[in-house]
Parts: sequence; structure tokens; C-alpha cells
Amino acid sequence: MSVSVLFGGHDFIPMPDAALYWPARGALLVADLHFEKASWFASFGQLLPPYDSVETLARLDSLVTASGARELWCLGDSFHDLRGIDRMPARARGMLDALTTTLDWTWVVGNHDPHLDGGVGGRVVDEIEVDGLLLRHEARPDETRPEISGHFHPKLRITVRGRRIARRCFVHSDRKLILPAFGALTGGLDAADPAIGRAVGRPAQALVPTPDRLLRFPLAA
Amino acid sequence: MAETVTLPPVIADWLAARGWALRRHQAEMLAAGAAGDHALLVAPTGAGKTLAGFLPTLAELIAAPAAERLHTIYVSPLKALAVDVQRNLLAPIAEMGLSITVETRTGDTPSDRKLRQRERPPHILLTTPESLSLLITYPDSFELLKGVRTIIVDEVHAFANTKRGDLLNLAMARLQAINPGLRRVGLSATIGDPEAYQGWLAPDADAESVTLVQGDPGAEPQVGVLVPEGRIPWTGHTGLHAAREVYKLIAAHKLTIVFVNTRAVAELTFRDLWNVNDDALPIGIHHGSLAPEARRKTEAAMSAGKLRAIVATASLDLGIDWGDVDLVVQMGAPKGSSRLLQRIGRANHRMDEPSKAVIVPGNRFEYLEAVAAVDAVAEHELDEEVFRPGSLDVLAQHLMGVACAAPFAPEAMYQEIRSSSPYAGLPRELFDKTLGFVENGGYALRAYDRFKRLTLQGDGSYRVSHPRMVQQHRLNAGVIVEAAMMNVVIGRRRGRRLGQIEEWFGSQLRIGDSFMFAGLTLEVTGFDGADIQVTTGRGDPSVPSYMGARLPLTTNLADRVQALMATPSQWDRMPPDVHEWLHLQNEKSELPAPGTLLVETFERDKRHYVVIYGFEGRNAHQTLGMLMTQRMERAGLKPLGFVGSDYVLSVWSLEPVTDPKPLLSPEVLEDELAEWMAASPFLKKSFREVAIIAGLIERQHPGKKKTGQQVTFSSDLIYDVLKKYEPDHLLLQAAWADARTKLSDIARLNSLLERSQHAMVHRALDRVSPLAVPILLDLGRQRVEGEATDDALLAEADAIIAEAMS
Repeated sequence: MSVSVLFGGHDFIPMPDAALYWPARGALLVADLHFEKASWFASFGQLLPPYDSVETLARLDSLVTASGARELWCLGDSFHDLRGIDRMPARARGMLDALTTTLDWTWVVGNHDPHLDGGVGGRVVDEIEVDGLLLRHEARPDETRPEISGHFHPKLRITVRGRRIARRCFVHSDRKLILPAFGALTGGLDAADPAIGRAVGRPAQALVPTPDRLLRFPLAA
Repeated sequence: MAETVTLPPVIADWLAARGWALRRHQAEMLAAGAAGDHALLVAPTGAGKTLAGFLPTLAELIAAPAAERLHTIYVSPLKALAVDVQRNLLAPIAEMGLSITVETRTGDTPSDRKLRQRERPPHILLTTPESLSLLITYPDSFELLKGVRTIIVDEVHAFANTKRGDLLNLAMARLQAINPGLRRVGLSATIGDPEAYQGWLAPDADAESVTLVQGDPGAEPQVGVLVPEGRIPWTGHTGLHAAREVYKLIAAHKLTIVFVNTRAVAELTFRDLWNVNDDALPIGIHHGSLAPEARRKTEAAMSAGKLRAIVATASLDLGIDWGDVDLVVQMGAPKGSSRLLQRIGRANHRMDEPSKAVIVPGNRFEYLEAVAAVDAVAEHELDEEVFRPGSLDVLAQHLMGVACAAPFAPEAMYQEIRSSSPYAGLPRELFDKTLGFVENGGYALRAYDRFKRLTLQGDGSYRVSHPRMVQQHRLNAGVIVEAAMMNVVIGRRRGRRLGQIEEWFGSQLRIGDSFMFAGLTLEVTGFDGADIQVTTGRGDPSVPSYMGARLPLTTNLADRVQALMATPSQWDRMPPDVHEWLHLQNEKSELPAPGTLLVETFERDKRHYVVIYGFEGRNAHQTLGMLMTQRMERAGLKPLGFVGSDYVLSVWSLEPVTDPKPLLSPEVLEDELAEWMAASPFLKKSFREVAIIAGLIERQHPGKKKTGQQVTFSSDLIYDVLKKYEPDHLLLQAAWADARTKLSDIARLNSLLERSQHAMVHRALDRVSPLAVPILLDLGRQRVEGEATDDALLAEADAIIAEAMS
């Protein structure tokens, strides 16, 4: 199937909306939700629209519905900061509670939310091995097991016929798979950035899912 | 206005010692000052405008010396205002031996001096709109500004109708509220509609409260049109052949300014001139992308008389007095008579001698435009500007700034804002919405009550919630938002910075590409963050240059071009090839007469073309192209593309258009426009600008390192979220207003569509018409893809021309 990718002995489907679907487990994996990023900036005087959590959750909810996922794995930086959960508007909090209670939900912590506590629903882990795959927030170059992570917010930037295109993408190498950021207000880092190169090793490719095909772009060594 | 005002003896003696007499307009300015009236002086360059503006101030300070009291604020659009003022103000003050202090206050002024200026001010403060706007954010500014007698706004014509003008006008309203006796003085180059500018300058937009003083016209300028080798190309820009003739002109004059319309053309022209520079004459280049140090160096070389010519864009347009310029060359079409006249004014600053200028058209339409511009200048016809309402993002910034100085009551502030002419028509509801945005972001979801920037106090007034927000405001104030830029650095590590290019252009470059910049062909050797590392390369650049902003052809020149075309007796003024071109058009199709709308349709190479002679400027034509292709798509005509110029729009499709009228219907235009704009990148670009000006997003300060936590966010993502959850938000409204005025020229588009319904002339032709050739050649150039060679393109051009003219 042209939309899936084989990684660590498992089939995965990178989805156009920046999530990774794991058919064998009925699991959705997402990274870098950055809930309440807008209100974090607001507390410093930049009053960004207070709708980012609602928007992120609405997209997540429709992916869950469409895929029929039973498990959900968040690969870190789910909250932009640890006070985020307190600032979350009631509507967003309601949507989040509905999801964490109906799904088997796991938070992997990240550098933005290192001491996330269980009060948000679901279970909290530093990192975890699932069916021989390591799930953690930031890729470790010395890791020998196949590893799925987030953290870098990779984005593919290319110019086609004079037109600049920038798209959230997955970065895939032999032993590493990095997810794009899922959050509504999360920016991106060029997938060709040396920092990502160091994290995944070479050769690597950027994966861009479209509705009918998974596009693959080699990243320069 | 005839009463004479006695000139203080010291000024009279100073004039007499130089053998000068007080000019009429200077006397009238003096009288207006003595009467305490606002005044607008409209005079050509070289008329002693600056001195005329300052004369009442000097007279008052001589009559009643006041120690350490700010008397006059002078606002100029340029930071580098020193040269002109040095000559026209500081020198006279020194020569008259007056103890009048003059200081500048701009973004470059050290903060200790700024502080000292607030405590012990000079008599005359020279500043910019941004610095003035910042000055009024200080609580102690009330004390400082209370006694100011006069504010002088230089280059009013360059300010009015811009966001900087909005900011300045709001600051003037603030000054007037602090000090009702403040006198406003405007200095302007020759403008088409002085009354509109009187209104802009006046409190409460009351034009009659401003005395208009007109300078005597200078000698009539001598403007010629240069036809290189007697031939005018079909399309494109002035080329190497023109460079040779321009070079001859440079060699025959002392100092020439070669004006061009875009930075890209500046680079090409500069290179062409150096290619023919057999005598190695010192020729410089000046445009907005060059590093400030490079620009200052060129300016210094020029005023020191070390250059023979300078190739420049609008970055040199404003009224700096460059001394001994004796020729202005305009490469390409002038686009507007006012702009041409201001550029011509750069040559020869003595009023009694004519300025000399030469227009070098690059193609046939530009030739017609050049002739039209020469006529317009001779007949003193100037472009009129359509004034738009003040921007809401600027208003938001101003309100926050005012609150930084002292709490304000909304009702009184609303009245004050309405006394600023760009905001004279501001409805209360929109004022409240803007205030709400400043207060808490203006969201329906009241999520930010804890983070409010303004706090409502018991007495109904608003104050800034936290001193930190005052600091933040001062750091981010200003209305000039630079596009994201990359540095061009020559050499690797710690190389020399040549200047900056827009990030969208820079990020398309790859190692090994070469492009034109700073008059050099540069080859990309590497990237390092926001730096593009380059070495000097050889030969032609491999990547075409970036485009600067282009002003569309003005309505009045467009009308003149059409009138020239439609009047065969005028054709004798044209070179033979242009004459023949118009003659054949008349024979094979017809000429687009003023007041009508000529539309041609024909088939060529299995494609069906519609060519619309709109003469409404590039922006309106581009927008129409977008709308027409949408409509043709729906009608099943299978449109393939379009290309618009200042004069013409051409759309091509697989199916023929038999009746163009419904495609040009003005009905549902607003809806379709909304649909198109929403999907276009322009709106997001405008949003970024308004979000920064209004204070939603902080400016990126160059050189300031981001801390790890401060991950940046993209304004595009904010736009998407806002559009989905709060489509009526103030900033979306402001972005929309900007995009409309800047990009689509809605008024001119409407005028074209109206004409199409009752005055359209449709000619169904069996082949391309002579007048359509230039646009079809442009279209050919836009289609260049990978494999096409220059030879193939030349062959195609040849075939189109042969078909039209046979």
C-alpha cells in the first residue's frame, strides 16, 4: 500500500493531518500539541487568539473518529508549559476529558511539560517501549532500538516552478521516525536542518502524506 | 494676505548681506505665523521651502528668547534629515549669530540624550513620526509639549495617505489636545490637489483653517524622450543599447541621477552602464536593499561631488538636496506625472533655471506613456490622490501609546481621535472595537481577563495594566514592517555585509546559483542561518532578480495615453515604428478610444485569447484576470492563464469566448473578490503587518537572540485560527482593508467593469492584432519552463510579430 511506511517491523500510515496511525494496535500517535501556547504568550503581553487548544483538539477528535483509533499516544510537549492545563478554557478542557476517558491515552513528557501530572487524565510516562519500538519526545542519537519521537517540528520547504511550498512532514531514517508538530500554532524547522540530520542519521527522507499518496523526498546527506 | 510683517533686523541684514530679498511666499508664511494661523506651503524644490517654514519660528525666538523651552517640532520622513536642514536652518542660524538650539531625535539618538532632551529641550527639535509618536508615550512629555508653538511637517505629500501619515496625524491630535494653541505648518512639493492636503493637515479636517501659500512656479522644466537608435522594442525594459546613449548624456553633464522603477532594474541598469563605461566615470548605485553603510557612503560621495552619476530607486526620491545635479534620467515609464515632476525637481535646485530631464522608454507602450507624461508636465496636470480612511492597526498602536503616558477616558479620547483627519469619519463602534482589542485582544471568548493590557479604573478611565507593557510597547512601536530578510555576505566567516534581500527570494537560491546585487553578479557559496554567503561571479546571473514594489500607472496618464492613441494627428510625434504600429492597429482592429473599452478576441495556436484594453493599471488588471478565470472556469470555457500589464489584460482558454460582456459583469464582484482574496497569500501578508503594528505580535529585533522558550510562531497560523474562530476580528478587518487598497485597486476595477456594460467595443478578429503583440510576448516569457531555449523563444516572438503586422 503506497500510503504506508514500514518501520521497525511494523506498518504505519502517516496521515495528512500530521498524525501517525498504527493499524495493528488501532493507535494514533501525535507529537508537540503545545496546548495553550496562545495564552502562554498572552501572559507576556502578546494576546494571540485563545482558540489554539480548541482547534488542536477538534482536529484530533475528527482523526480519532475517522480512524476508529482506540489508543492515543502524545509524544511530548503536549502542553506549551506546565501551567497550561490551568489556563485551558472550559470548552477545550471538556473536549480533552472526553477524549482521555474514552481512549487508552498516554502522555510521554517533553521539554515543555517535563513534570506533567496525572490530573489531566490518561497515564504519564517519561518514555516507553511498545512492541519493540521506543516512544520518546526527543530522538537520542545513541539509541539503537527503533524509535519514534517528536520535538523538532519538521517541515519540508521546497520550490517547485518558482512557487515556495512549506508543509509539515515526517522524517524517516533507518532507525528513527520523527513526527511533525500537531498543535494549531506550532511553527516548523526545515527538515533539512543539520539538527534534524544529527538526530536521525543519514540517509533520511521527508515523508509528506497527501490524500492518495505518500510522497518521499530524500534529505541531503 | 497682503499685510507685511516686519522682518527682525537680524534676518533682514542677513538676507541683505547675501544680496537676497525675502520672497513672496516666505513673507506670506511669516504673516501666517504672526497671525497664529495653520499654513500649507506648496512650492517647487529650490524655492527655499525649509527656511520659509522656519522663518516664523526664528522671528518669534528672536523677539522673545526663551531658555530651555521647546518651541518648534519639525517632522521629516527621513532619518537622514541632516543635510538639507544643515544648509537651510543651521547655517542661517549660525551666520545670524542667534542663540537658538536645534537638536535631532530619531531612532539613532542615544537614550541618555533623549532623556536629557525631555528635561532640557532645545528650541527646535528635528524628528520623525516614529520618534514623535514615542515621545508622547512618556508621562513627562505633557510638560515638554505644553508650550510648543509650532509643528512643521515636511514633505506632506509623502506622508499623507500612508500609515506613517496616520501615526503622525494622530500624534498631532495628541499635541493639539495637550496644547490647543499649537500651530500646524505643512511643506509640500507641487501637488495636484492642495485642498485635500490642507484638510489632512488641519485639526478636525477643516481645510479652511489652513492658509494655503503657493510658491512661484520655477522655470519650466525641459523634458525630452530618448529613442535609442530610433527604434522602440515591442516589450521589455531598456537594454544595453539605451545604456550607451544614457552614458553619453552622463559624460556630457556634471552629475546625473538615473531613476529606475524597481531595484531589479536598478541592478541591471547599473551593470549595463558599467559595461559601456569606457572612461571609467565614477557611477554609483542606491536602493533600499543595500546596507545602510553602503547607502550612506554613496550619498556622501555624491554630496562631495565625487560621482558623475547615480542609479537610484525611490529610496532617493525624497527631498534631500543633493547639490549640483544637472540632469535627471528616468529609465522606463514614469507611471505618474506628480512622481515624474518630483524626480525632475532633483535636477538643479535654482528656481530660475530650468531642470533638465530625459525619459528613456523601454518599449512601445512606455513610449506613449513618456510622451503623455511630458504633455502632463507641460500642462501642469498632476495626479490626484484618493485619500483612504486611517488604518485601524495604527489607531490601536496609538491608543496603547497614549495610555502609556497617562490614563484616558474613552469618550474624550474618541473625540480627540476624530479630530485627526484620517479618522474624522471613524464610527464610535469601530473605536470601541479597537479599544477592546488594545484592552484584551478583542476576543468574544473573554479568556484574557487576567492578561489585560489596559485596566478600567473606577472613574471610567483606562490605564496600562503593568509597567512591563509600557516597555514592550516602546520596543515594538512604529509602522514600518520589514519583510523577513536575509543578509547577503561576501566571503565566508565574518564576511562583509553587502545588504539584504527578501527572505522569499533568498530561500529560493541554491549553492552555485548566481544573481545580481549591489551592481555585482554574485555566486552563492553557502548559507548560515539568515546569511547568504557569496563570492563575486562572472557573466550573466542564473536566477532572475527579485521584484520590488511597482506603482501602477495613474489614471490621468492612462487617459492621456488613450487620447494619444485615438488621435491620429498626434502620431506624427512618434518614431516611425510606433507610428506604423498604431496605424496598422487602426486598420486591422481599432484603437481604444477614451471612455470606451476595447476587447479583442482571436484564436492563435489552438488557444483562444481575450485581450482587454482596460488602462486601469497592473493591480486592477491582475485582479480582473483572477476574477475572469474564475468565471470562465464556471462557464466551462477552460481558461489556461492570464497576464496583465498596466495597459492590458490578456486571458487565454481552450474554448472560445464569444460574448465577453457577462464575464465582465460588475454583479457579485464583492462576493467573488472576497472568495479570491481569502485564498490569496496577500491577505496573510497584510495580516502579518497589521498584527505587528497593532501590537498582537512582537517585532523580531535583528541581532536580539531568542531564548530557548521563545519558540517563534507563524503569523499565518494565527491568521488561520482567527479566521476560523473569530472571522470578524478587528485585525482581519484591518488586513482586509489593506489588501484591498494595496493590491487590487477596487475603484479602478469597478470603473472598468462599469464601462464594459455600456461602452464595450468587441472585435472578433481572425488573428492577433498589432496592439496585442506586447502582451502576448510577455505571456510567452512567463511560460518559459525548463527546456525552452532562448532560440525557441526568439522564434516564437518572431512568429507573433510577423502574423500581426502582415
